[in-house]
Amino acid sequence: MNATMEKPRVRLVMNEKDMDALPNKEIVYKTSELNLWYGENHALKNIDLDIYENEVTAIIGPSGCGKSTYIKTLNRMIELVPSVKTSGKIEYRGRNIFDKSYEVEELRTRVGMVFQKPNPFPKSIYENVAYGPKIHGIKDKKVLNQIVEESLKGAAIWDEVKDRLHENAFGLSGGQQQRLCIARCLAIEPDVILMDEPTSALDPISTLKVEELVQKLKKEFSIIIVTHNMQQAARISDKTAFFLNGEVIEFTNTDKIFSNPADKRTEDYITGRFG
Amino acid sequence: MKLINHTKVLKHMKPRIISNVFFRLLFMAATIFGLLVLGILLYRVITQGIGYLDLQFLQNIPSRKPEQAGVKTAFIGTIWLMGVVAPVTLLLGVGTAIYLEEYAKKSRFTRFIQVNISNLAGVPSIVFGLLGLTVFVRALALGTSVLAAGLTMSLLVLPIIIVASQEAIKAVPKELREASYGMGATKWQTILHVVLPAAIPGILTGGILALSRAIGETAPLVVLGLPLFLAFLPKSVFDMFTVLPMQIYNWTGRPQEEFQGVAAAGIIVLLTMLIIMNSIAVFIRNKFQKRY
Amino acid sequence: MALQKTTNSFSVQELIQKKKEKKSSNLQVERIIPFLLLVTAIVSVLTTLGIVLTLFAETITFFTKVPIQEFLTAQKWYPFSETQGSFGILPLVAGTLKVSIIAAFVAVPIGLASAIFLSEYASDRTRRIIKPILEVLAGIPTIVYGFFALTFVTPLLREMIPSLEIFNALSPGIVIGIMITPMIASLSEDAMSSVPNSMREGALALGSTKFEVAIKVVLPAAISGIIASIVLAISRAIGETMIVAVAGGSTPNLSWDVTSSIQTMTAYIVQVSQGDAGYGTTIYYSIYAVGFTLFLFTLGMNLLAQFISRRFREEY
Repeated sequence: MNATMEKPRVRLVMNEKDMDALPNKEIVYKTSELNLWYGENHALKNIDLDIYENEVTAIIGPSGCGKSTYIKTLNRMIELVPSVKTSGKIEYRGRNIFDKSYEVEELRTRVGMVFQKPNPFPKSIYENVAYGPKIHGIKDKKVLNQIVEESLKGAAIWDEVKDRLHENAFGLSGGQQQRLCIARCLAIEPDVILMDEPTSALDPISTLKVEELVQKLKKEFSIIIVTHNMQQAARISDKTAFFLNGEVIEFTNTDKIFSNPADKRTEDYITGRFG
Repeated sequence: MKLINHTKVLKHMKPRIISNVFFRLLFMAATIFGLLVLGILLYRVITQGIGYLDLQFLQNIPSRKPEQAGVKTAFIGTIWLMGVVAPVTLLLGVGTAIYLEEYAKKSRFTRFIQVNISNLAGVPSIVFGLLGLTVFVRALALGTSVLAAGLTMSLLVLPIIIVASQEAIKAVPKELREASYGMGATKWQTILHVVLPAAIPGILTGGILALSRAIGETAPLVVLGLPLFLAFLPKSVFDMFTVLPMQIYNWTGRPQEEFQGVAAAGIIVLLTMLIIMNSIAVFIRNKFQKRY
Repeated sequence: MALQKTTNSFSVQELIQKKKEKKSSNLQVERIIPFLLLVTAIVSVLTTLGIVLTLFAETITFFTKVPIQEFLTAQKWYPFSETQGSFGILPLVAGTLKVSIIAAFVAVPIGLASAIFLSEYASDRTRRIIKPILEVLAGIPTIVYGFFALTFVTPLLREMIPSLEIFNALSPGIVIGIMITPMIASLSEDAMSSVPNSMREGALALGSTKFEVAIKVVLPAAISGIIASIVLAISRAIGETMIVAVAGGSTPNLSWDVTSSIQTMTAYIVQVSQGDAGYGTTIYYSIYAVGFTLFLFTLGMNLLAQFISRRFREEY
C-alpha cells in the first residue's frame, strides 16, 4: 500500500519505554479490564488502555473490531443500545464512569463527541453552537455571543459563517456542517473530545480541514479519534491503538506502530493484507 | 478561552436531572391515563350491560320493556349493511388505488384526486349523511333502505381503503413487476396476477378497518332517517332497516335507568363484533405480510 | 429447450403464439381496464362534488327563506318557534367551539405527553404494546363515547360541580378530548420518531438530559407534524356528532358557560333529522346551511393542516 511501510524492520516487543509518556502529562482515561456484550455477542474483551491528556489518540482496526463501540463507551453513549452489558472499569480523571453516582449528563459535559455523519440540529448556526451552553444554564446574551464566536473560530469556520449566523445549519456543506458540530462540541469547553470517524462522510478537502483542526485542537484538548483510514491515523495522532475482534492488539506511539509494529496482525492490517 | 464556569455548570446539573425524572413520570402518567380511560370505559360497559346480555337479547326484537328488549333486528341490520359496504368499497377503493398507483401519470389531475381523497377523509361523517339524504334517499328515491345507507357509508369509508390499498400496492417491489413484464406479460396481467396477490393482505386489512368504521358510525344514519326502533327484518336491500349503533343511541336516550343497561349490552355486542374484525385484520397482517 | 424437444411433441413458444392469435381480445382488455379504473377513481371526486353541490344548492334555497345577514349575525337560534323564529348560526358555532376548545385542553397536553413518552422514553417493546392499545381508543364508535359521557363522566362531574346541568358542554368536551387524544399521540409520535437518531445523539453527547433532548431538539424538529396533528384532531372534534348529541343537550346559546346545556352544529342536524320537520320547510333547509358552515370549518382546518405539514416540512 505505502512503500515506506513495506521496508523490512526489526521486531520489538511492546515496552513501556516506547510510550513517551512525559511526566507532566496526566492520564485522562484509564480503562481496566473492560468487557462489553451486545446481548450474547462479546464485543469488547479485556480492554486495558491509558489515554493521556493533550494528545491525539487514534483507534484503528477493521470494521466490526469494536473501535466505535469503545469510543462510545467512553461517554456512555453505548447505553442507548438496548441489551448492552459491561464489566470492568473506565476511570475518567480518577473516577469510574460506571459508578451509580456518576450522572451521564455530567460525564458528557466534560467529554464532547463528534459523530461519523455531521448531525447539526435543525436550527440556526448560532443556535446550534449556543445549544450546549444554554442547557447548562448560561443565559447571558453577551457571554453566549462570545462563546459562539470563540467556538466557531476554534473550529475554523467563523470566517465562512459569520455573516449568516442566523441561517439554518442545513444550508451548510457537509464539511462545514462537521466543523459546525465540532464548534458545537467546543462551546461547552470539554476536557476530552471523542471523534467517531469524523471524516468518513466528507470529501478530501473537507477531510484535510478537519485534520488540520484536530492538530490545532490538541493543544487545549485531549482527543480520541476512531478512524478506518490508516494514513489519517499516521498523519494526525500521537498514539495509536490497534483493535481486532474486540481486543487491543497493540497500543503505542504512532510512528512506532506504523514503522515497526510489534505484532504480526498489526503489521498485516497496516500493510493492507486484510481489513 | 474560559467562558464557562464549570462549578456553576455542575451545580446546575442536579435540578436538570431531577426535572428529567419528574417529566418522565409525568409523560408516563399521561400515557397511562389513556389506557386507564379505556379500562374504565370497558369496565363500566361490561358491568352495566352483562346482566342484560343473554341468548334472548340476541334473539329478541326491540321492546318497550327493558327486560324483553333485544338486538335481533339491529344486529341483522348491521350484517346487511356490511353486505353492501364491503363489495362497494372494495371495488371502488381498490380500483382507485390501482389507477392512482399503476396507471395515473404524475399530472395535476392525479394530484388533485389525491388531495381530494385526503380532504374527503376529513369531512365530518354527518355531512356524508346530508349527501346521502339528498342523493340516495330523496333524488334516487331509495328511502331509508339498506342500499341507501350502504352507499352512503361506502363513500364515507372509501378514503380509508383507498389509502390502505395504495400503501399495499406501493409496497410490492419493482423486481416482481419486472419479472412479470420480462416474460412478456401485459400490464393488466401483471397487476392481476402479480401485484394484487402480493398486495392482498394490506388491502384486506384496510378493508376490514374501513368496514369496522362503517358499522360503528351513527351520525350519517340518523340524518338519513333510519328508524330508531324496528320490529321486522329487511328482506332485500331496498327494505327499511336499522343497525346496532342506532339501537344503542335509542336506548341511551331513554330516561329509564334500565335502558342504560340494555344500551350497555348492545355496546358489548357491537364492541365484540369490532374486536373480532380487528383481530382478523391483525391476524392477516401478521400472517401474510411478506417482508421483501 | 433442446431437452424438452425430445420429450415434448410441442413447443411452448408455439402454444403461446396460437393462444395469442385467438385472443386479440387481450388487447381490448388492456385498453378498457384503465378507463374502468379511472371511473372508480372519479367516484371520490364526484363525492366531493356531490357534497359541495348538495350543501350549496340547499343552502341557497335556505337563504331565499332566511336572509344571509340574519344567519350570520343574529344572536339567537330559535328554529322551532312558529312566530318568532330566528336563524342566527352564532349560538351553534359557539357551542361547537366551546366543546372543541375543552377537547383541545384535554387532548393536546395528554396527547403530546404520550407522544413524547412513547417516542423518547419508552423502550421499543413498550411502544409496540401501548401504541396499538391507544389506537383502539380511536377506533371505539362515537356512540359508545356518548354513552360513556352521559352515564359516567357527567354524573362524576356533577359530584364535583353540583351546579352542572345533566346536559352540558364540559362532559362531552372532555370525552371528545379523550377520543382525539390517540390521534394527536399517534400522529405526533410518528412525526417525532422520524427525527433522525443522530440528532438525539448529538444533543445527548453535549450532556443534555432526555427531557432536554425531547423539548429542545426533537419537538422543534417535529413541530410541523405535531401542529398538523393537533389541527386535524380539532377538526375531528368540530365534526364530532354523537357525543354532543347524547350528552350536550339541545339549547343553543352564546354564553361561555360550560356548565349549562348547549347545542352544537352537528347536534342540531341530528335533532332536526330525528324530528318530523317536513321536506321543504325552512327547518329542513336549515340543516344544509348548518352542514355547509360545518363543512367550511373542517375543510379550512384540514387545508391548514396540509399546508403546515407541506410548508414547514424539515428535510433531514
